[in-house]
Parts: sequence; structure tokens; C-alpha cells
Amino acid sequence: MSVETEQHQNQNIVVRFAGDSGDGMQLTGTNFTLATALHGNDLSTFPDFPAEIRAPAGATFGVSAFQIYFGSDEVSTAGDAVEVLVAMNPAALITNLKNLVPGGLIIADSGAFNDKNLAKAKYAENPLEDDSLDAYKVLSIDISSQVIAAVEAFNLGHKMALRCKNMWTLGLMFWLFDREKQSTIDMLRSKFASKADIANANIAALNAGYAFGETAELPSGIEVYKIPKAEQQAGTYRNMNGTTALAWGLLAGGQLAGLPILFASYPITPASNLLHTLAARKEFDVITFQAEDEIAAVCAAVGASFAGSLGVTSSAGPGIALKMEAISLAVSAELPLVVVNTQRGGPSTGLPTKTEQSDLLQAVYGRHGDTPLPVIASSHPGDCFDTAIEAVRLATKYMTPVMLLSDGYIANASEPWLIPDINDYEAFPVSFHSKPEGFKPSLRDAESLARIWAKPGTPGLEHRLGGIEKSYETGDISYDPDNHQLMTNTRKAKIDNIANDIPGQEVSLGKAQGKLAVVGWGSTYGAIHQGVKRCLKEGYDVAHIHIRHLWPLPPNLKALLSGYERVLVPEMNTGQLVKLLRSEYLIDARALNKVSGQPYKISEIVNAIKAELDQH
Amino acid sequence: MNQAVSKLSIKDFSSDQEVRWCPGCGDYAILKTIQKLMPELGRPRENQVFVSGIGCSSRFPYYMNTYGFHTIHGRAPSVATGVKLANPELDVWVITGDGDALSIGGNHTLHALRRNVDLTMLLFNNEIYGLTKGQYSPTSKVGTRSPSTPEGSVDQPLSPCGIALGSGAPLVARSIDTEMKHLSGVIKQAYEHKGASFVEILQNCPIYNDGIFDSVKDKKIAADFKVEVEHGKPLVFGLENNKGIRLDKEKLSLEVVTIGEDCPLEDVLVHDQGNKTLAQLIAAMSGPDFPVAVGVLYFQEKAAYVDNLFEQRIKIQEARGKGDINALLHSGHTWQVN
Repeated sequence: MSVETEQHQNQNIVVRFAGDSGDGMQLTGTNFTLATALHGNDLSTFPDFPAEIRAPAGATFGVSAFQIYFGSDEVSTAGDAVEVLVAMNPAALITNLKNLVPGGLIIADSGAFNDKNLAKAKYAENPLEDDSLDAYKVLSIDISSQVIAAVEAFNLGHKMALRCKNMWTLGLMFWLFDREKQSTIDMLRSKFASKADIANANIAALNAGYAFGETAELPSGIEVYKIPKAEQQAGTYRNMNGTTALAWGLLAGGQLAGLPILFASYPITPASNLLHTLAARKEFDVITFQAEDEIAAVCAAVGASFAGSLGVTSSAGPGIALKMEAISLAVSAELPLVVVNTQRGGPSTGLPTKTEQSDLLQAVYGRHGDTPLPVIASSHPGDCFDTAIEAVRLATKYMTPVMLLSDGYIANASEPWLIPDINDYEAFPVSFHSKPEGFKPSLRDAESLARIWAKPGTPGLEHRLGGIEKSYETGDISYDPDNHQLMTNTRKAKIDNIANDIPGQEVSLGKAQGKLAVVGWGSTYGAIHQGVKRCLKEGYDVAHIHIRHLWPLPPNLKALLSGYERVLVPEMNTGQLVKLLRSEYLIDARALNKVSGQPYKISEIVNAIKAELDQH
Repeated sequence: MNQAVSKLSIKDFSSDQEVRWCPGCGDYAILKTIQKLMPELGRPRENQVFVSGIGCSSRFPYYMNTYGFHTIHGRAPSVATGVKLANPELDVWVITGDGDALSIGGNHTLHALRRNVDLTMLLFNNEIYGLTKGQYSPTSKVGTRSPSTPEGSVDQPLSPCGIALGSGAPLVARSIDTEMKHLSGVIKQAYEHKGASFVEILQNCPIYNDGIFDSVKDKKIAADFKVEVEHGKPLVFGLENNKGIRLDKEKLSLEVVTIGEDCPLEDVLVHDQGNKTLAQLIAAMSGPDFPVAVGVLYFQEKAAYVDNLFEQRIKIQEARGKGDINALLHSGHTWQVN
């Protein structure tokens, strides 16, 4: 009795799953993502969840969403306009409807649109039953009843049975998008390895949802979407999120440096997963230490670096603020340290689960004293692997703390990632000082200006380090005015000099000169890239430049930017990179700012480019 | 340079830096005691690491010819924890003061002791902030007049040993800066214990809090104001050695008795260093009604944090084999694009 369905031929599409925090939307989205990657689409995801762990059921502030943009074209953002919205209750519908394009498809669990949930979402009438959704296609299914029937044989009880709703919905979505169920079945068997009943019930729900799509008479206009596969570079791929990539990059960096890592951290959203990921990897040369607070975490990392390991600490903005005094100690003692900031909405507690780029100036300038250190930023999930390695390289080569900026969006977002071979990376082995003859803790490499690293346990190199100013000559305490000037200059020169050891700035899209350069950093990469691409197609003279090394800036950047008539700097803050570029280069760079806790939409970038170029 | 450990002398542990404490400071005596003790410990000099925070006492590492790290205010226990985690072979010392360890660094002191990181923590307690010029500290007695409390402090002091016991430190001791023999003995025990050791050293500040510990230091009267505790020995003290501490079992409190007058010797409390409840009571004794207890107040071995951590690691590495980055990158779901 299946109906003949007209098949969609979209190149790319945005799907958003939305439900209660307890509805399992993140798990649903993750599994849909994996099946989509295995299907051969390029993709990008955006998990969007509330700060509350379990908000009251049905509440609008408890809605958890997962957005995925996938298709045959190169995909580098989670997309703007949602074409398919899964709404597991009225709150999910009312909070996400504004993102749905006219004519888009809503799949709603009518079983959850009861009076209580409607009231919580402040619906006066049931939107599934009046004409308020006339602009959209609506597939209203009593998923709750369908699930209870599907898992009846497992005697789970009503509440447990309803927890399979997400898998039923996922099954339906697999049918609608022609994806394979197997990866999810494998996941369920592994996740519930010791609870066969739960695994089987979820699989039954998944199969039932899929079968519903195949057999039910769906309203006309609701069709199977056929999204063509993407052209991808040959090789082995995996799905990668920013946190995992960063954690694995640190492990790789440690191996390339030949150093054990002490990763010391204190739980904070959205950075905690980095601690969890590394804590699960004790087979590598990494020790994880959950400290009593942010300050203890960074201090333990500094202590480990003093003792000959690579100290790494991680947090979000508020925690980084607490760590700054100890980071300054590492600058003064000239010890390596990697500080990872997974930025979130601020100030104060701000928007802990939402994304922002408002800690750039904190990273570059936010310490006491003249305390320069290198700052680098990851621009997409897979890039976190390479930037983590680069952070380790700079920290150990230059005996300095390095600030590595990620953010809540990159940390949680995932993308298909062409798996690199670690043997293709150039190693940068650390050599510890060992010769007692002529030893002074103040010895430096003439070229890099890096202080030597003499670790405790080495006979004949006993020495003292500290935060008091040290003599350039001997490393002993010195209050001499000329010496302080010399040491301050040396610390600055050492970091400035790193500009000569980083790749020149390239243009990521467009020409190396012209009317407009759109200059970004961090997680805005995808949106800027797509926005510039669209404008280039329409004939606009625009280029995209994305900066990884934010301090020191690439040495050719000034000359590069001078080749454009105008410079536009989109950021998820009130204008931080733009200030840096203006103050360093005395150029009239313009700011484009967004601080809503949500990533840029491609259209926002496109509109800004057109506004810049159409008026001139 | 690879001098045999046994041949090291006090000179080998003295750095070439000029000592810059005020004349008469108790820190000189402590430094001398530790420099003299080091050769007796029989461990290589290069394995000794002194970590300090900020304050007069925290200048200590500069004067030791060992590895040393003068860090930031209050954070020495955290830095020291990192040193120990990175290299458990090192002997890690924390040198701190009452403001450093119990005010700005209270949290870190608490947690290093709770975790039982194998550190030897020496707290120089002079009941005042010296380096910042004399403000009252968290151990200052009520009524302490200082630049920040010109009419006298009004808040209650805390007991360093009480805090250490409450934090779960497996070894808690107290000694006095100028009592070289006693201090050396206590520090040696603390050092030899594998786990967190906490030693409070009563230390005179001749500039801002002079004489604060005179009652326990002045040879003429000290016997009446301090009791040297020793495991298995009765708590007897006094110039005539006839005073004792008795436990009032009804009130669960201590009282001072005169042996032979109101109490037979066998009723005097016998020190049991493994009894934490008694240790709390003894640690809390203070003048003028009670003598101040010095010696090892509490000692009960327990598994050290870093040992436990490495045990987990070794088990996992045995089960999984040594980590391989390429294998990690290919773990889980992967797919091939041709």
C-alpha cells in the first residue's frame, strides 16, 4: 500500500531535530550524522542544547536541538535555513519554527501535543489542529503510541517504552533520507551490551519507524529525499568533533615532541569533554588530573612542565581568567604550557552551552605585566587536531605558554575528516639540557631565544626558578632596572620572532587582492567560506582570509591586507580581531558582529559582503 | 658533579645566594636545620625539589642548592602536585607560611593533603604577614594589632594542625624554629613518610610579631607551656615534670592535672599517634590553660595518590598495549572514499 513518492533532488539540505532535554535528541542527531557520513554526503553538525541538564519536561528553556547540514556540495557550516524540522513536543516546535523555511517539513509527535505541554509552550490552540502551520508541510504522527506498540513485547513499562521514541523517529528519518540503519543498530548493541532487552527494544523502535515510512500512507507532498553523494578526496574518513580532534592532537603533539603530558583541568562547560576524552586514554603517555579549581589545574600543569613533562590546562573564559596569574608565572619562568580555551558566551556565567569568540583579547592581552605569548585558533572540528599539534610545537620550541582557542560550536560540531597519517607530521623532539659545564638556568638558544629546559633529577643542574625578575646573565633574582628592561625586551622579542616560524598567511578563497577581504578567525570559517563562495559565484570581487596564528600575526598579513580596498572582519563578539588589526596595521578594517550565542548564518555573511560592495 | 650521596655535607645544600631575611628571623634557624638534615637523608641532591608560594618563608628555595621553584601566592601545593605527577621519583617539598597556605592557598593545602600527594609540607607559622609589612593573618590571635587591624583583630584564628587533620593528612606534626634537634627529627619523619606530611613550625617574626611564641621557646619557662608528644609515652610536662594531660571521658575533653596530687601517672593520657580523635584534641591545646603540643601529633599510613594513579595506568597499558596514534585515529567507525 505504499504510495508512489516523488523524490526530492536537493543538493544540500538542513535537518533539525528538536525535543526535550530528556528526549535523546543529541544521540539521535549523532546517529543520523554517522549514517549520513557513511552514505557519502559531506556534512556539518551543530548540537544546540540548554545549560539545564534536565529542565522540567515540556519547558521551552529545556529544548535540546541538533542540526545537520549535508549534501553533495562542500559543506562547512551547519546551514541557515532548516528544511526539515523534527519537533518532539510543542516547546520544540515553538522555539524552532522561526528557522524553518516556508514550505519546509515538520515532523511532529502529536502524542506529545497534549493540553499540559501546549500550555507549557504557551500555545492557546494546538498548532497541529489549526491553520497556523499552513505555510509548511506537516507530518503529524502519534509517535508515542506507535512506539508503545512497537516495543510492547519487551515489557519495559510505559516510561521506559517512551524513551525509545527517539529511535522510532530516527528510523522514520532514515527512511525519509534513504540512509542505512546498520550503524545505529551496531551502536545500540554496543551501548546496551549488558542490557539486551533495552538494545532490542530500541532496535525494534528504529525498525518500526523505518517501516512506518515505507508502509503508511503519508500525506501528498511528503517524499523521500534523494541527496546526491559528495565528491570527496579519496582516503579513509571518520566523523570528527572538535573536542576529540583537539584531545587526539595533544596526544599526537606529545609524541612528536617526545614528551609525556600532564593534562590538568577543572570541570567547566563546554570544555569538560576534553578532560573526559583524555582521561579515557591512559594507554598513551598522558596523565589527567582533575584539580580542585582552575588555578590549581594550571599550577599543576606549570609544575609538571618544570619537572620535564608538557603541562596542559583547559577551560572556558571564566576559568581562563582565574588561570592568568599562573600563566604569567610560566611566561616569567619561561616554561612550556598549553592553555586551551573552549570559548562560550560571556561575561560571567553568560551562556555556558552557547558559542562566542569573545576571549581573543583576553588571550592576547589579558594578563598582568608585559606578558606576551602566542595565540592560535582552530577554525573547524578537524582543524583542532593540527592546531593542538602546533600549540605543542610552539610551547616546547619557545619555552612559552601558548593559548589555543576553540569554542563551544567547534567543540561539539562534527564533520567527516580525512584521517591523516601521523608519520606525515614532522617530529619536533625536545632536548633537555644535561651538561653541568657552564650551566646557568638563563642560557638561551641564540636563534629562537628560548631558555634551556633543565629538569629536576638531572645531576649538576640544580637551580631555582621563580616569578621574581631574573638576571639575564645568571638567572638569579635581579631588581636591576636595566636588567628588567632587557628581560622584558627579550620576552617580547622571543614571541615576536615566532612570526618567522609560522606559515605566511594565505587567501583561502578568492584573489590575493581586490575590493574586499573578509577576514575571520576560529569557528566562523565555515560561514565566511560559504558566504564568500556564493558572492564569488555572483561575480562579487571578494576574498576570504582566515587567520590561525593570531599572535604573533603572520608576517605577510599587513602587506596582504593592503592589497584590498576594504577589509571586513566578522566575529562572534563586539569587535576584537578588528581592534587588533586596526591597532597593529593602522588600517580601516570594518567590524561585523554577532553575539547571540548562535553561529553565523551564511546569509548574514552574504548580506554583509553585498552591503560593503553594493554601496561603493 | 655526580658526588656520592654519602659524601654530601651542609655546604653542598647551601646555594650561592645571599640570604635576605631580617636579622633574627626564625627562618634562618629552619634553613640551617634543613641544610644540615639533607645529607642525612641519603638521597641524591638532584632529586630534591623545593616548591614555595609567596611570603618571607617562600624565599626559602633560593637558599637551597637543590632544584627549586618560587611560584605564586598560595599555589605551591598545586605546583608541587604537578611536579610529583610528572616525576614521582622526585622528593617534593612545599615551603609555605600561614598566609600562603591557609588564607590565599587554603583550598590547595586542603586538597593536596586530602589526596595524599607524597609531599613534605612545611608551614612556617609566625601568625602574621611579614613580606607585606605586618597585616594580621588567619592564625593571628584575636586582638592582634596590625596596620589592617589598628584596634586589634576581631576574627577567630584557625589551627594549622587542626586543618591538616581535618583534611585527612596522614602525618601531622608541630615543632619550633629554634629547637634544631626536635625540628630535625620531626622533619625527618615527615620526609620519610610516603604520602602527604604536614609540619607546622612555630616561627618568630622579630619585626612584626616578636615574641609571640616566647612561652614555648624561652628555656626558663617553656617546659610549663609545651608538651613533647611521643608515640606510646604519657603526656607529661612541666618544669618539675609533674604535670600531665588527662582525658575526661565523660566530657570528651582534655584537662591538665598534677601527677601525684590530683591524678596518678597511669591515668595520664598516653599518646597514640594513630588515634585521630585524640590528635584533634591535642592539636587544639593552646596557652595559657594548656601546653602547646609539639612532635608527631598524628601518623597513619594510607595509599598515596600518585601510586594509586600509576597503578591504574599500568593496568590499562597492560590490557590495551602502549597507545598508537594511527590506531587511535582509525578507531571506531571509518569509511573509505575511492
